[in-house]
Amino acid sequence: MNAAVTASGLEGARASLAGPSDYLALLKPRVMSLVVFTSLAAMIAAPGSLHPVIAIIALICVAVGAGASGALNQWYDADIDAIMTRTRTRPVPAGLISRQAALEFGSTLALFSVLTMAIGVGYVPALLLAATIGFYVFVYTMWLKRWTVQNIVIGGAAGALPPVIGWAAVTGNAFDPAAWSLFLLIFLWTPPHFWALALAGSDDYARAKVPMYPVVHGSRATRNQIMGYTIVMTGAAIAPWALGYFGPVYGMAAAIFSLGFIVLAAALWFSPAATERRDALRLFAYSILYLFALFTAVAAERLVGLSPIAV
Amino acid sequence: MELTPEEKRKLSQRNWALAGMLVAFVILVFVVTLVKLGGNIAQRAM
Repeated sequence: MNAAVTASGLEGARASLAGPSDYLALLKPRVMSLVVFTSLAAMIAAPGSLHPVIAIIALICVAVGAGASGALNQWYDADIDAIMTRTRTRPVPAGLISRQAALEFGSTLALFSVLTMAIGVGYVPALLLAATIGFYVFVYTMWLKRWTVQNIVIGGAAGALPPVIGWAAVTGNAFDPAAWSLFLLIFLWTPPHFWALALAGSDDYARAKVPMYPVVHGSRATRNQIMGYTIVMTGAAIAPWALGYFGPVYGMAAAIFSLGFIVLAAALWFSPAATERRDALRLFAYSILYLFALFTAVAAERLVGLSPIAV
Repeated sequence: MELTPEEKRKLSQRNWALAGMLVAFVILVFVVTLVKLGGNIAQRAM
């Protein structure tokens, strides 16, 4: 692993030219924002109350923990990132931050985020945060990503845990079915979200020898999978309302936005080769809006007093 | 090793950022202590 980076002399090169913004980029702030948002929404929706200061600290820990996972991912995947067009300007492949520095930075932040969560918020959310970071780094990055076409399907569990962390920060309970219904929603949302992006940039993954679904099975099979997961995800999106975990505001949002998701997934499924990339990127962009919309509904419902969850 | 002016500038920026993070962490621990302590005092049996 990472032989290309070491051989090209990137190791440690120009490390002293890295500024604070390069270290911030190492934390993948855009991914962090979605993680923090889903965690915040679950925190608002969860039964019970949390001191606002402790809630802010819990969110900071989730953000830093997610950032640490991103830094450790970039430490391990520096060779892949250097090959792919989308990632080669990241601080490590660009030679601004050495792999060693990325490893130390990520490990320190991971440790501090978990310990701060344990001391300031609780042991249950701290354990869940540690499990999330560990799963993302050891299971997804080091094991699944280069090995199986199901990499992002199983690895998606790491991205799906933040609402459970947020919920547990309020309740101290790691096994609430309502929290795990949000986990299931993100877990099933991950394949169509990532495979839409992978379809648009499958040449990139092929060059880096990452076995993403479109690289291994081609466009038609990937579009079939996206369609299948979209339908199953729609069921998982509506189920929390049908089961009474969340109320009518969430139910309406889930139905309307899932319909939009199905329409765009169908458009991609029928798309001719000429417009496939455009339709894939459209679905990818919509999938981000979709998750924001559903979790906004989860939080808003509680804030306007329409949540069926007892306070 | 002699640092170039640009390297010196970036080094200074990194040092200030690290100092800022350390101060923020100290404040965070202080605030957590106050909140936890305050909560426990409020719940204490009189």
